[in-house]
Amino acid sequence: MDYITTMGLEVHTELSTKTKIFCNCSTEFGGEPNTHVCEVCSGMPGTLPVLNRQVVEYAIRVGIATNCEITQYNKFDRKNYFYPDLPKAYQVSQLYLPICRNGHIDIEVNGKKKAIRIHEIHMEEDAGKLIHDPWDDCTLVDYNRCGVPLLEIVSEPDFETGEEVIAYLTKLKAILQYTGVSDCKMEQGSLRADVNLSVRPVTTDELGTRTEMKNINSFKAIARAIEGERKRQIEVIEEGGRVVQETRRWDDNKGASFAMRSKENAQDYRYFPEPDLVPIEISDEWIARVKSEMPELPDAKKARYLADYGLPEYDVDIITGSKYLVEIFEQALAACNEPKEVSNWIMGEVLRLATETSTDVEDISFDFANLGKLILLVKKNVVNRPTAKEVFEKMFRENVEPEQYIKENGLEMVQDDNLVREVVVKVLADNPKSIAEWKEGNEKVTRFLMGQCMKQLKGKADPGTVNAVIAEELAKL
Amino acid sequence: MKITDEMIDYIGILARLQLDESEKESAKNEMEKIINYMDVLNEVDTTGIEAMSHAFPVKNVFREDEVRPSVDRELITLNAPKKKDGCFQVPKTVE
Repeated sequence: MDYITTMGLEVHTELSTKTKIFCNCSTEFGGEPNTHVCEVCSGMPGTLPVLNRQVVEYAIRVGIATNCEITQYNKFDRKNYFYPDLPKAYQVSQLYLPICRNGHIDIEVNGKKKAIRIHEIHMEEDAGKLIHDPWDDCTLVDYNRCGVPLLEIVSEPDFETGEEVIAYLTKLKAILQYTGVSDCKMEQGSLRADVNLSVRPVTTDELGTRTEMKNINSFKAIARAIEGERKRQIEVIEEGGRVVQETRRWDDNKGASFAMRSKENAQDYRYFPEPDLVPIEISDEWIARVKSEMPELPDAKKARYLADYGLPEYDVDIITGSKYLVEIFEQALAACNEPKEVSNWIMGEVLRLATETSTDVEDISFDFANLGKLILLVKKNVVNRPTAKEVFEKMFRENVEPEQYIKENGLEMVQDDNLVREVVVKVLADNPKSIAEWKEGNEKVTRFLMGQCMKQLKGKADPGTVNAVIAEELAKL
Repeated sequence: MKITDEMIDYIGILARLQLDESEKESAKNEMEKIINYMDVLNEVDTTGIEAMSHAFPVKNVFREDEVRPSVDRELITLNAPKKKDGCFQVPKTVE
């Protein structure tokens, strides 16, 4: 029996505001436990929350960028549950009037375009961090993260494959980065996805019972979680069982999901309107201003790169998929106006060195305009390509300025054709055995001779010139 | 509306309250009174009156996104029955 998988996504993204959603505590990641905490975010009695304007601004930005309607009159609600990660015993969220509704994000998988509908986007506060303490067999609570602003972006159940989910998340991540609302560092938990998944036999249109997998925090883990849960549900059905609606936790190390205890997630949150926060009214002018300030978004940028620069679509997808690669591309391009070269360097050396040095693209930190300068130096034959790659490695690791570095280390190409010829003649004279082989028709020998010449020239000659001179001198023999 | 034993038990679980039999009885009575009062409210004719969640017509109260110092950790954790390594210490939570 064949099955159809249906999935919906709830994505939580931490906003890159300086302060928390309802107080002036810093949102900075990684401080000592409970050092970014005040009487408001620790839920002391008698305190009152005041909304951070920037959170609303960011929510509108994401709403517009994902084609949503902005709910011009919206407000907060209380979601009640007892768990030590929330000191107030409720989370301030939006249930009845979320700030954005009815949007969509366009994705493309294997050349097929599809619109994934967005049900809603709402603002809420993040919870604290629970740390298990094995020594005392207890839990330690750090409220630094408690009150950090979140947007929850809820899709419609429009996904049928893991590839579609990854394409959507990639696009969403790019949108969140382009609009500057989140750095989307998955390893720091600033982008987290919950996957709702159900399967049904192809013979029916009625959706199966869904399960929810919580807080999966890497694209690869999401792909594995989807595949694992799909298989599990099909097995349950084929064995004559029934899928139970429940929350499951994906354990990426074990490659399996586990049901969370039902008592722990009794889904009765008794939402009610938050009395401590007044409603938000977003004027037409506010929306118009955010629209007018909207940066170029991933789709538009991709289209422009394809049309204006004639770059391969694959390369454009990779580069425009990350705000940070776009920054490298645009700054280097501004310095040299050689789009194909810049793209090739990014796809080649930049990404290679990033992998080699385990650097995340957002942490690549050399002066990007210098890449443009280096490209011009190659174009003007000041350095050859192999040398340029060495120079670039220095730029990448130590942020050297290419022109100066080349000068200081004497890496300029040998422009003196007489010198090249001198070296070639000497190398040919020193390698009679190779010449004999060449005369017997072994063409490969020229490559060895080429290597010897470049070695003598310390790699600083134009390989084309050297090759041509070798051919000329061999012909004379 | 009648508040049943099951309802009281369920609300007890949600509120993390352990009630003995006499407490359950009195909670049942009190809750029933509250719920029944809603019937009184329901008798009021509210046609044409917009639902409201706040008593005052105030909107858009915002704060600028500027960091101010947090409260000293010693002070924030002062009331904690137990603490360890700068954290609030609580009974083990089960994932």
